[in-house]
Amino acid sequence: MDVELFIKQIINSLNTGSIYALVAIGYTMVYGIIRLINFAHGEIMMFGAYFAFIIATSIPVGLPFFVIVLVSMALAALMGILTEKIAYKKLRTAPRISALITAIGMSLFLQNLAQLIFGANPKVMPQVISNEPIMFGNIAVPQVMMYTISMSIGIMILLTLFVKKTRAGKAMRAVSQDKEAAMLMGININGIISLTFAIGSALGALGGIFYSIAYSQVYPTLGVMTGLKAFIAAVFGGIGNIGGAMIGGYAIGFIETMTKGYISSRWSDAIVFGVLILILLFKPSGILGKNVKEKV
Amino acid sequence: MKKLLVLALTLSTVFLLSACGSSVDSVKLGVIGPLTGDYSMYGLAVENGAKLAADEINAAGGVLGLDLEIIAYDSKGDPTEGVNAYNRLRDEDEIDALIGGTFSGVTLAIKELAKEDNMPVLTPTATNPDVTLEAGNVFRACYTDSYQGTVAAVFANESTEIGASKAAVLYNRDDAYSEGLAMAFIAEFETRGTVVETLTFGAGDDDYSSVLDVIAASDAEVVFLPGYVAEVGAILTQADNKAIDIPFVGGDGWDGIEADYASVAEGNYFGNHYAKSDEAQVVVDFVANYEASFGDSPNALAALAYDAVYAMVAAMEDAESTDADLIIAALAGLDYQNAVTGSIRFDANGDPIKSITMIQIVSGEHLVIDKVEGS
Repeated sequence: MDVELFIKQIINSLNTGSIYALVAIGYTMVYGIIRLINFAHGEIMMFGAYFAFIIATSIPVGLPFFVIVLVSMALAALMGILTEKIAYKKLRTAPRISALITAIGMSLFLQNLAQLIFGANPKVMPQVISNEPIMFGNIAVPQVMMYTISMSIGIMILLTLFVKKTRAGKAMRAVSQDKEAAMLMGININGIISLTFAIGSALGALGGIFYSIAYSQVYPTLGVMTGLKAFIAAVFGGIGNIGGAMIGGYAIGFIETMTKGYISSRWSDAIVFGVLILILLFKPSGILGKNVKEKV
Repeated sequence: MKKLLVLALTLSTVFLLSACGSSVDSVKLGVIGPLTGDYSMYGLAVENGAKLAADEINAAGGVLGLDLEIIAYDSKGDPTEGVNAYNRLRDEDEIDALIGGTFSGVTLAIKELAKEDNMPVLTPTATNPDVTLEAGNVFRACYTDSYQGTVAAVFANESTEIGASKAAVLYNRDDAYSEGLAMAFIAEFETRGTVVETLTFGAGDDDYSSVLDVIAASDAEVVFLPGYVAEVGAILTQADNKAIDIPFVGGDGWDGIEADYASVAEGNYFGNHYAKSDEAQVVVDFVANYEASFGDSPNALAALAYDAVYAMVAAMEDAESTDADLIIAALAGLDYQNAVTGSIRFDANGDPIKSITMIQIVSGEHLVIDKVEGS
């Protein structure tokens, strides 16, 4: 076995896994708070990538990478809050299926909106991160992968601390446990839901930006397959559980990359989805999910 | 209702007859292509290329002492529209030969009709292998997909620039074009060396990092990557990010890659019908005249249509007639040397045996490396 190749594939896995994990967190946080599978999340990711594309191409002075990322994330967060206020808020008490259908509608709407604004052809993402790889002995690691992996892990640690240690994080956990009780305790539910959408959307946008830089293109359906795989990652880890989404993201990234590298790229999707079915057969609530008894 | 129908029929007969009456003093070539809609860029290039050739021929005295006339109709890229256009060209305009259809699908739809009519057909751009099969009257000016793959293998193995004996192949398994080129490349290269890795990607893939690392870890000296600009550009970008310095070779789907991906495509090779930067006199003149007439630079389709008209006229001159049987026989024996897209001879099927221009991307420009002919 070629050790060097194996290490490279591990790095590739960490890279795709980081992107899936970032996007999966958005699915899982929103589900945790309002029990909605937000299918438009993949489209927020796509818009995040377009925001970065617009900022990087329209402003002539080469802005530093972090500025581009922060502005795009802020715009995506705003977009996430708006979709919730416009499309989902009224449906909070409606049957879950109505909200789900609305989310699918929102997803298609945003996709078509992007197509209308930007056209269907892929746009070439400018190289905002140097394309000079960093050498570790014989192993060349693209700089964009270094950024993706390190920033994703850093942000996930910050997010965990935020949810565990801060007042807002505590409120978020309270709302996810019992909305009515949290409201009685004086928690501003609308504010917390908006905050959840904002954080999830910003992380999704970050995933989209890394995705479009690493793979050099932005296009209106960019969020569809990646969004679906990130959703699988969230279910895999136990939907509603942030740590689970991270583990799920890296697991899916690992399975996919290793299949492409050692079996055949023809099989990668089949194996990813097959593993999902197996996990759900033996542990229906996902790896870290808890079996919550429905109240009758 | 019935009366109306009779009236309409009578009127159309009158128009038909009058159309026939006005056409004795010119040789007519029909052109069919998508002139409107999403694919109009292809059809218009073919129409322009054909018209440019006709203008030049007329200025030089015409064909058989008569004027050459190009009549172009729109197929919208749709086989049914293509058949309508063909019927109109045959019945109303009484064309002597057909240059078209531009698309394989349209050409296949016209093929059976043209066979019954014994119409000489020379399609500039239909690459599907079935187009010329079992139809003695149908020829094409472009090479087929598999021919491109074969020539790429010859180039990868024999050229001094690459001279590889070990190759890796990476193709799009969801695309018949990409797969066709890859299969032909593998078949030819295996007779000369070894294909050490054959890898695929799917239409929806964006992440090529793991397959690229597999290629980098193999001892391949060249990578054959048949595909279109969007996917090839993404793959070359990721290869560049990983500092993989094995040369990549592609087919005519790479045409235009320098627009968005000049830096990552730098130093790589692809085969095309012709190169704008070719210094052969016929190419220089063609590019200059085309730009003067139409204001933009000609793509490969325009060059092929231009050559197709010249080849058809050469066959008519050889036959000394516009009689269909004589033209077809002359096309079968044609050896037209002075073409923009390389010399044109036809094999038994009516497919061209011609050289492919191998191009290297150097500083964002097309540098002609070699002209390679498959065996």
